[in-house]
Amino acid sequence: MIKNQGGTGVGKTSVEARQIAKHFGQGEAIVKALDNVSVEIGQGEFFTLLGPSGCGKTTLLRMIAGFESPTSGQILLDGADITPLPPNRRPVNTVFQSYALFPHLTVAQNIGFGLEMQGRPAAEVKDRVARMLALVKLEPMAGRKTSQLSGGQQQRVALARALAPTPKVLLLDEPLSALDLKLRKEMQIELKRLQTETGITFVFVTHDQEEALTMSDRIAVMSAGHLQQVGTAREIYNNPVNRFVASFIGESNFLPATLEAGKARLKAGGLVEVSGAKGQTGPITVAVRPEQVRIVAAGEPDALPATITNLVYFGTDTHCHVDLADGTEVVARLQSPATGDAGLERGGKVGLRFAPGAAQVLGD
Amino acid sequence: MARRSFSVTDLPGFSTVAMMVFAALYAPMVVLVVYSFNQGQSPATWEGFSLDWYRVAWANDEVKNATVNSLIIATCAAILSTALATLAALGTTRRKGFKGQTFIYAMINQPLMVPEIVTAVALLLVTAAIKKSTGYTGLGYLIVAHAAFCIPFAYLPIRARLEGMDLTLETAAADLYASPWQTFRRVTLPLLAPAIFAGAMLAFVTSLDDVVITEFIKSPGQDTLPTYMLGQLRRAMKPDVNAISTALLALTLVLLSLFYLLTRKKD
Repeated sequence: MIKNQGGTGVGKTSVEARQIAKHFGQGEAIVKALDNVSVEIGQGEFFTLLGPSGCGKTTLLRMIAGFESPTSGQILLDGADITPLPPNRRPVNTVFQSYALFPHLTVAQNIGFGLEMQGRPAAEVKDRVARMLALVKLEPMAGRKTSQLSGGQQQRVALARALAPTPKVLLLDEPLSALDLKLRKEMQIELKRLQTETGITFVFVTHDQEEALTMSDRIAVMSAGHLQQVGTAREIYNNPVNRFVASFIGESNFLPATLEAGKARLKAGGLVEVSGAKGQTGPITVAVRPEQVRIVAAGEPDALPATITNLVYFGTDTHCHVDLADGTEVVARLQSPATGDAGLERGGKVGLRFAPGAAQVLGD
Repeated sequence: MARRSFSVTDLPGFSTVAMMVFAALYAPMVVLVVYSFNQGQSPATWEGFSLDWYRVAWANDEVKNATVNSLIIATCAAILSTALATLAALGTTRRKGFKGQTFIYAMINQPLMVPEIVTAVALLLVTAAIKKSTGYTGLGYLIVAHAAFCIPFAYLPIRARLEGMDLTLETAAADLYASPWQTFRRVTLPLLAPAIFAGAMLAFVTSLDDVVITEFIKSPGQDTLPTYMLGQLRRAMKPDVNAISTALLALTLVLLSLFYLLTRKKD
C-alpha cells in the first residue's frame, strides 16, 4: 500500500492521477490539454476540479471514466492501474452535463440499466431501482418516459442511474449548469446529502467557484492544463498560492511591493505585515481580499492614504473603490450600514488598513 | 411576430407559378384516378362510373403474376438493401473519420448518380453471363439488382439519423457497463429503428416502381407490374392499366405516409 503523501485528509486513496499528460496535435501546433498532472483523491471525499473552460478539468474527468486515454501517465483506482481498461470495465459511473438519459426507456429502466448490464438478477435490479427511486424522491415517476420530466427531475434520474450500480467513484461533469439558479441551489444541497448518505467518492467538475466552495471537501484549481492549487475551500480562499487562484476564487486586490525584513514595503508607500513570504527578493505581489480592507479616517497611524473614486451599492454590501498614492486601485467591501451612507463620498480622503493576517504574498 | 425581411410571397406572380406547378404535378394523376373508374373503353371520354376495369385487371392471370413478382422482388430487395445500408451507415458514422470518406459516400450513393440505363446495360451483360454458365433463371437476378439500386434510398435516412443521434447516449451506455455489442443492441439500434423502417419503405417503393433495369434483365414470364403495363401500352391502350396504376399509387401513398410518420421529429 502506497503511503498517502498527498494528505487527502480522509484516509485511503481512491483515485490517483499520476503524471497525466494529454496532447492534441503534433509538432508546432501541439496543444497540451493536461501537462503532467498528479493528484490523489481520498475515499469518500467530495473532490472538485475547478477551473475556467479549456483548463483540462473535463479531460481529466473523462480519463478517469475511460472515455479518453492519456498521452502519458497512469490512472489508479484503489491502487490498481486502470489506464488500459475501457469504460465498461471500470467501476466508476458518470453524471453527464446533458444527463444523457436513454429516451426510449422509462425512468425505472434508465436507473436499472447499469445493474442489468452487470448481469445482476432481475429481483435484485428491481429492489435496487426501488431504493434509488426513493433516494432521489421520484417513486411516482418510475413508469414515465424521461422526456416527460422537468430538468430537475431528469437531473435526479441521471444521479440515481449513476449511483445504482454502487460505483467506487461517481464522476459529475458540470451536472448543475443546465438548471436555473434556485434549482441549482437545491441540487447542491441534494448532492451533498447523497454523497454523505452513500459514502461514495465524488469527483465534481465545475467552473462555478461558489458551487466548489459550498460542496467540496477539497478543491483542485486548474488552469491551462496545470494544477494550480489543491486544498480545502478555506485553504484555497485564505491562502491562494498565486495570482490566478486569488483572482479566480473570489475577488482580490493585488498590490505591488518588495520584501523588507519579513514585511512588505508597498509601492504605494507603507509597510504591512504579510504572511506566506518565502524569502523572495525583488518585486512581489501582495493579495488582500476586499472584505479584509478597512476604511478609517485619513491620517490615522499606520493607515495608507487613499482617495475614494467610486461607491457601488450591492444591498448587504457596499463596494468602496479607492486609489492609493501611486494610483493602485483597491476595492473594499463594507457592510452597508442600516441607515445613512457611513459618511463616505466620492473624492473623499480616507485611510486604509488591512485586517490582521489578511495580506498574502503570492508565489508568482 | 417579427416580419421577415425577405418573403417569396412578396414576389409578383408567386402564387400563380406555385398553382401552375402543382396543377402540372397532380392533374395527370387526378385524370388517371378518375378514368380508372370510367365505364367505357375510351381513355378520353367519360361514360359513367364503374369498377369494371378493376375487375378486368383482377381476373387477369398475367396481372396477378406480375403483382406477385413485384411484391416478392420489392420485399426481398427492401430487406436486403436496408440491412446493407444499415451496416454501411454504421460503418461511415461510428468510427473515426478516415481518408477517402467522401469517396465512400459517393460510392454508396452511386445508383443515384449513374444513369439508370447504363446500370441496366451493365447488369444485362453480367446476368446473361451468369445465366449462361449456371443455368439459373429465377427471380434472384432481379432481387439482387433491385437491392443494389435501393441501397442509397435506405442509406440516406439511416445515416441522417445516426449523425443526428446524441453520441453521449452511447458513451453513457459504455459508462454503465454495456459492452460495445450491448451498447449497439440496447441503445443505438432501438433509437435507429424508426429510420431503418423508413429506409426499408423508401427502398420498397423504389423497387416497386422500377422499369428500366427490370426490363433489361428479366427472364420470360418475370414481368413486374410496371413492365407488364409497359408491354400493354405497346399493343393497345386499355383502361385496366389505369386501374393497376391507381392501385399502385394508393399503395405508394400509404407507404410514404408511414415513412413521414416514422421520420418526423417527436417534439
